[in-house]
Amino acid sequence: MTGQGRLAAWGVGLAALVALPFVYRDPYHLHILVLILIWSFAYTSWSMMGRFGLVSLGHGGFMGIGAYVTALLWNHAGLSPWIGIPISMAAAGALALIVGYPCFRFRITGHYFVLVTLALSGIVLQVITATRDYTGGSLGYTPNRASGNKLLALQFDDKTTWYLIALGVWLFGIVVWHWVDRSMARYALEAISEDEDAAAAAGVDVTAEKLKITLLSALMTALAGAIYCQYQMFITPDTVSGIAVSLQMVFAAIVGGLFVSLGPTVGAIITILLAETLRIGFGTKAVGWDNLVYGVLLVLFIIFLPKGILGSLLDRLKLQRKVPRAHEQKAVQVARPGT
Amino acid sequence: MQALLDVFDIYLLEAVINGILLGGVLALLALGLNLIFGVIDVTWICYAELVMIGMYGMYFMVQYYGISYFVAAPLTILLVAVLGAALHYLVIAPLLTAPPINQLLATGGVLFVLQSFATVAFGIDFRNLGIRLPVLAFGDMNFSYARLLSFVAALVGMVAVYLFMTRTFTGTAIRAISQDRQIMALMGVDTKRIYLITSALGGALAGLAACLLVLQYDVHPFVGLSFGPITFLICVLGGLGNFIGGFIAAFVFAEIISLGGLFSDLEWGYVLAFAFFIVMMFIRPAGLLARRR
Repeated sequence: MTGQGRLAAWGVGLAALVALPFVYRDPYHLHILVLILIWSFAYTSWSMMGRFGLVSLGHGGFMGIGAYVTALLWNHAGLSPWIGIPISMAAAGALALIVGYPCFRFRITGHYFVLVTLALSGIVLQVITATRDYTGGSLGYTPNRASGNKLLALQFDDKTTWYLIALGVWLFGIVVWHWVDRSMARYALEAISEDEDAAAAAGVDVTAEKLKITLLSALMTALAGAIYCQYQMFITPDTVSGIAVSLQMVFAAIVGGLFVSLGPTVGAIITILLAETLRIGFGTKAVGWDNLVYGVLLVLFIIFLPKGILGSLLDRLKLQRKVPRAHEQKAVQVARPGT
Repeated sequence: MQALLDVFDIYLLEAVINGILLGGVLALLALGLNLIFGVIDVTWICYAELVMIGMYGMYFMVQYYGISYFVAAPLTILLVAVLGAALHYLVIAPLLTAPPINQLLATGGVLFVLQSFATVAFGIDFRNLGIRLPVLAFGDMNFSYARLLSFVAALVGMVAVYLFMTRTFTGTAIRAISQDRQIMALMGVDTKRIYLITSALGGALAGLAACLLVLQYDVHPFVGLSFGPITFLICVLGGLGNFIGGFIAAFVFAEIISLGGLFSDLEWGYVLAFAFFIVMMFIRPAGLLARRR
């Protein structure tokens, strides 16, 4: 596709997506679409870091902060989510900087980075559980229903509004992805993921570049958490924070394709449809089956198709036209300590 | 978890000693994970889930088939050892040359598989052995026999591994491989076989831990999440692949959890431990006993 053709395709696709809820009103299907869009946004946020070899298992923590801070501010301080969401994003961003700066400064990479971020999501999960007097602990938490202005409380009853909000947020995520993809930061980060020392020698400020992308990714993930909370009106520590959520992000991004903008979206479509199909097909007997299938798929994908479904598909399409970029040849390149 | 909470009384000394007892089992878990990492250079994110499967093995053998605990224990260790070898053969071996993060994520997939397999096969009920060991009263302090037994068994297990690693040819080969992966293959050591043996050994340690943990905790499919993350943190804090560092870190962590739990909720003990870990990562990025390469 040429540049213009691609733009036209995006335009048509978007117009169709915006028009969808006005012609098709089945609430269940719209609900699934909203979930897919919100989770796609979260997965896209994760992949912004993940594609540069910064594999974080701490994003469950950022998402949990986004969801819980927004809900707590609304219930306890009466702050509208319009103010609460920016505050929760700032909180997640601050946490990302506090953990990220020393990590990058002291060059904690590879396994070590994964496990430090794992500790981060563990902390957030445990803090939410431990402060059960405020957060309801493992039993979950519900933002109070708004009595007055629905818009002010960011609570809507109809699916169409939520669909459009989720669509907007998702589109925002894709736009940011492309913005990063075209920026100089991308080249810097690619260089860093190949070889930190060489990148630093070539004049890349390694710590600053990594911090910027981490901050961006954490902010977006917190936003995803807040939107999810506002839509579902019920959150538990296990659905928005913790290792399971972090692994779910990694899984979806890898299955869909880490190096293409729509990869995480494809991952979200596959995982959510799979879970829903199993749930409807088998009812309560299906408890656990969806994760079983996820797990097997994840292992198979990493062994046989490390670029994900969409990534491999696009590769096949443009095989003759273009030599793949260096960083795309392996799934996730990570600088290892000491090498 | 509740059992743990009950054991924590208001006494500081009791908490300290309980921390040491907890440290024994954690050290055992960390040893298995360190062994795998040191030799094969892979982190098994699903390590705690192997323990969980072992705990279910114990539960079914003891509760359903009425096998005595001491007969079931070796069987469980064998079962988990086979699982460990299978994990290596099926998942890790095809990925040996892949980027390390992919190996880590693949075992993350195995984590999902094992957890949901347990959910599908055994349901989400909490189960326990029904063996309630008596409590040892020592002055004003109470210690459960289960913890004492675990501590002693964990120590015996660690000594056994130490002897295996230092006194047998295979053990020597394993240690040699962990020092230099490429050269040992040239020296006539069958690395594939050594990797399989190491994985089985790591699995066996998980099996032993399962036999001990099942005495103290109820089994459910997500039990792995309650001590899995802690185990990774211990290994990283001690320096991945560093056996002695892991051993020390296990006790440091256990004390933090135990004492934190004494002054507040158990969760805050965990929060403290996690926060301590993150701070330590910045002070000593390569672990307590840094073995800088």
